[in-house]
Amino acid sequence: MQDDVVLTMRGICKYFPGVKALENVDFTLRKGTIHALMGENGAGKSTLIKVLTGVYPMDGGEIRIDGVEDAIVIRSPQEAQGYGISTVYQEITLCPNLTVAENMFIGRSRKSRVDWKQMEKRSGELLQKLGIPARPKQQLGNCSLAVQQMVAIARAVDTDCKVLILDEPTSSLDDKEVEMLFTLMRQLKESGVGIIFVTHFLEQVYAVSDQITVLRNGQLVGEYEVRELPQVKLVEKMIGKDLEDLSSMKKKETVLDGEDFYEARGLASTESRPFDFHIAAGEVNGFTGLLGSGRSESVRAIFGADPVTGGTVKVNGKQVKISKPLDAMKQGIGYLPEDRKRDGIIADLSVRENIILALQVIQGMGHPISRAKAEAFADEYIKALAIKTASSDTPVGSLSGGNQQKVILARWLLTHPQYLILDEPTRGIDVGTKTEIQKLVLQLAEDGKSITFISSEIEEMLRTCSRLIVMRDRNIVGELKGDELSQERVMRTIAGGGE
Amino acid sequence: MKKAKTSKFFAKNAQLLIPLIAILLLVIFNLIRDPSFFSIGISANNRGDPVLQGNLVSILNGASELVILAMGMTLVTAAAGGQDISVGALAAIAGSVFVKILKGGAVTGPTVLLAFLACCVAAMLFGAFNGSLVAFFRIQPMIATLILFTCGRSIAYWINGGATPTVESPIINAIGSFIPGIPIPTPILIVIVMGILFGLVFRFTTLSLYVQTVGINQGAARLNGVNTVGIKLLAFIILGVCCAVAGTIGVSRLGLINHETLLINIEMDAILAVAIGGNNLGGGKFKMLGSVLGAYAIQMLTITLYAMKVPSTDVKAYKAVVIIILVVMGSPVVKNSMSRFWKKLKRNHPAGEKEVA
Amino acid sequence: MKSISGNGTLRHREPLTDSQLLLFITIGIFAVMYVLAMVILGGGYLKPQMLFDLLNDNAYLIIISCGLTMVMITGSIDISVGGVTALVAMVGVMILNGNISLFNGLISTLGLTEEWRIVFALLASLLIGLAFGAVQGFLIAHLQIQPFIITLAGMFFARGMITIVSVDPQKAPQNLMDILQTRIEIPWLGSANNRGVRIPARVEIGVVIALVIVILVFFLLRRRKLGRCFYAVGGNQQSALMLGVNVRRTRFMAHLLCGLLSGIAGFVFMMHTGAGNATNATAAEMNAIASSIIGGTLLTGGVGSVVGTFFGVLTLSTIKSIVTTSGLRDPWWQSITTGAMLCLFILLQSVVLMRRNRAKDTTKERGKKET
Repeated sequence: MQDDVVLTMRGICKYFPGVKALENVDFTLRKGTIHALMGENGAGKSTLIKVLTGVYPMDGGEIRIDGVEDAIVIRSPQEAQGYGISTVYQEITLCPNLTVAENMFIGRSRKSRVDWKQMEKRSGELLQKLGIPARPKQQLGNCSLAVQQMVAIARAVDTDCKVLILDEPTSSLDDKEVEMLFTLMRQLKESGVGIIFVTHFLEQVYAVSDQITVLRNGQLVGEYEVRELPQVKLVEKMIGKDLEDLSSMKKKETVLDGEDFYEARGLASTESRPFDFHIAAGEVNGFTGLLGSGRSESVRAIFGADPVTGGTVKVNGKQVKISKPLDAMKQGIGYLPEDRKRDGIIADLSVRENIILALQVIQGMGHPISRAKAEAFADEYIKALAIKTASSDTPVGSLSGGNQQKVILARWLLTHPQYLILDEPTRGIDVGTKTEIQKLVLQLAEDGKSITFISSEIEEMLRTCSRLIVMRDRNIVGELKGDELSQERVMRTIAGGGE
Repeated sequence: MKKAKTSKFFAKNAQLLIPLIAILLLVIFNLIRDPSFFSIGISANNRGDPVLQGNLVSILNGASELVILAMGMTLVTAAAGGQDISVGALAAIAGSVFVKILKGGAVTGPTVLLAFLACCVAAMLFGAFNGSLVAFFRIQPMIATLILFTCGRSIAYWINGGATPTVESPIINAIGSFIPGIPIPTPILIVIVMGILFGLVFRFTTLSLYVQTVGINQGAARLNGVNTVGIKLLAFIILGVCCAVAGTIGVSRLGLINHETLLINIEMDAILAVAIGGNNLGGGKFKMLGSVLGAYAIQMLTITLYAMKVPSTDVKAYKAVVIIILVVMGSPVVKNSMSRFWKKLKRNHPAGEKEVA
Repeated sequence: MKSISGNGTLRHREPLTDSQLLLFITIGIFAVMYVLAMVILGGGYLKPQMLFDLLNDNAYLIIISCGLTMVMITGSIDISVGGVTALVAMVGVMILNGNISLFNGLISTLGLTEEWRIVFALLASLLIGLAFGAVQGFLIAHLQIQPFIITLAGMFFARGMITIVSVDPQKAPQNLMDILQTRIEIPWLGSANNRGVRIPARVEIGVVIALVIVILVFFLLRRRKLGRCFYAVGGNQQSALMLGVNVRRTRFMAHLLCGLLSGIAGFVFMMHTGAGNATNATAAEMNAIASSIIGGTLLTGGVGSVVGTFFGVLTLSTIKSIVTTSGLRDPWWQSITTGAMLCLFILLQSVVLMRRNRAKDTTKERGKKET
């Protein structure tokens, strides 16, 4: 092991049933550097982190850490900590009802007496040393999220830490808070700690990191010095070229200048900034941008999924009010959510009940769909979408991810929507199903339906959409159509600047 | 094909096994103890009408209020993921309103109907109070209903001005015991009517689907247009109606309202019935039939203990032991370690065979 | 309740923690209520003995509530406390009476005096309480069964056992009761009665025990690792686990201590009444829960203080006493006002917490979505 290297991972493999989550991934962390780990959804970032912290056992490869002769095996987060690997998770894993000092020391001492004075003194010193604007006696829940995040970091580095993993630490912080966090990170770097920084914000990577490792589809794309990798190149490496068999699919020219089916002006929700948007009947358009750019929040606003705070909406030229999902559904709008486990499936209910749910809700409480009809609907869509399930009685939670997605798709298709919003419909599902879903989207458009499509894979968007709305940092930064729809152009718009 | 169908039936109704086994064990136990335990006879009651009598009838009859409350409790449990501990108090309030209105004039058919409707409305309002605490203020159901649990019986007392009035009338008697000419106790008939009503509601509305959807995944339910707040509120209001019916039966049995003793401690039994019926107390999927069987199992246990000359005050202690055995058997930790144990046995077995080979 | 942003270092006064905020609300309400009672109702409320009577009557409830507060801080619940208290009181009285032959045998073989019965009664109280706490704690913490169901069964069991132990109400012999009901007299807090004779204020031993327990539990919650772990587990069980807290042991200990305190409460109850009865301490569990809630303990766990609980018991009993003395003598008024107070406090807590959590929720939600 070289002198300045603190951690090496070689040939790491991790398989889940049916998925190669990590294949032969290498990763090297040097002392006193900040190393960004980049990749889109399903690239394997979080799997790699979980292997490193002992949450998942690895299926192959070796991990070496500075100061230990042999390759090490990490079986639990506690063991990882024993080797000097500390993790600060995106969701804060501290107790908000305790004080800052307690959160830094609870569970660490063997003594059964709590020495508040000593504890507050030590934590006060540590907070001051790291420049964290919190006071030991403060209740953690009263601190801003950034400070909470920093307290978690302070706790982590206080336990003789060589490797500090920051998993998406900035996703719920504002710009000022992010800057505070970066100051702390730089300070830790000076003191010789190696930091692994997992994030999806490009600017932040360039602001603070020294090296970048990019993963894609569970494989290593490469390790780069930040200076040598311009932003556009990074985006290209993250998104990559798609599989060959998909490129044979040809996009049909969809209508662009037809009557607008849906039109919104200044639409805003509690989660999204005001934006204008319209879609014609038979059009397929898409919101693109990196994760966290606000693309999902925007479509959620269209569907009324988050409390709507302003804006006017016209459907078929008539002004309507869409303030909750049912309003949208009654206007013929359907929404396939990004997180199907959390927002989509009703896991314990059968495939049949899941398929008829939306149609049932639109029909109303007093008009249940008869058992026979429900069976017929379920069988029809199980066949049409080739859903692999033992029967329509099977609980949907026991199906594979792709099939669960098809069930939710079936749920919305059954309502015969005029406008369907698909947020990441192809995430985490196999290539075959991906193609089927893309074909289905184009088929629906041909039948005169409007579709808004969101995907992390730009190739996929280019194949299906005739207009792309590009978002960055929660704002719309561009709209591309016709000849502008090229991978390079899209990436440049996403990355901004345009070098 | 037929075999496949029966196995499917068992898979779908596996949760009914617990209460059925409990009932079966109690039946066997009683038959061994006293072969004539379940004999049913017909004898004349004090008005000379022939009526059915026997332990079985008294189990079915005595469980009526509990069964009705367990039905409503199942819905609340499924939708809100918690239990209502104020059902006994609510039934007492409903019973008080019922008696209060009957005391206002002559007891005739229409006044009884009016009194029943009034007590339904009162119970629904209190149910809505509980429901809105849970649905709007997101208070845990048990805590929200602690309020009415604390003061509900006093409200009942207050409604009748601190008295325990009696109502004497053949109509009340008919509700509480027997309708002349029909040998089956009326409360059993009311349970059947309630069962049919719930059946019809489930058949002709989507209540069951919505309640389960809200209980399993509230976020997804909302995104699919289900009014999650409304469904929770509705569950509590329906439970209110159940309380009103149970209260009416309870009052009619004795012909008086005693706020302190009417359906005392029944909330605990109702929750227990839901749990024994294999329903998850954390909400989600439910089977009302399970709760109904659970309620009958509890009543059978109680009657069995009585038949064994256990004093009524001691019954609780024995019940507690049965509850603990049931929940320990049903606990996920115990289940997991059991299944691990079985797997180990299975794994060891083929290994042993290989060695022999 | 504004959250202090990172650059708030200049301010030296700490904002109130959730515990402190709810505690101050409770103490404030209690003080206002008591002063109002003094001004409007006068009479007894002007004499210190009134306060001591409240304490004398509710010493057992204070002890139960202390135990329950610990359990509630860990985010659990125990509704068997009233039953255990009543069972312990019954068994204690029977030991004093010489109705349990085991102890009679012990006393005669060891040649001990009658007074030793009190020691045996105390030991039995502690043992019964610990047994309930240990079994319930094990089932809840290690088998992960819902606390409500387990302690409900515990309540059934305890209440059922009372009548199994003795169907008839029991009364302790007078000579032993004289010892147990020794009162501490505080002459300088005394007051003149209506004949002008000055009577010293009287406090029962039970009150002293209750106060000692309040102080001990206060130090446990504040100064001991175990106490802080109660808060951590109640605040966020998952986080506590990640921070290296032994969650199972912590939950077990909370229930064990709660059981032990119920046992002590039973003994204190027996000292106060000298009677064993199936209806002893009826609804004590609900009064204790209500007291804890009024005292600022959050039902969701993680927030609460034993001082608040102490004032919660006082508030609750003062309300009841005021309702009675202000002419609403009908018995239903007591529980209706209790219910109304409970409703008020539950809503207050819910609103306070909703406001606090709103900001956090949205940011957290957003964070999750982007995972």
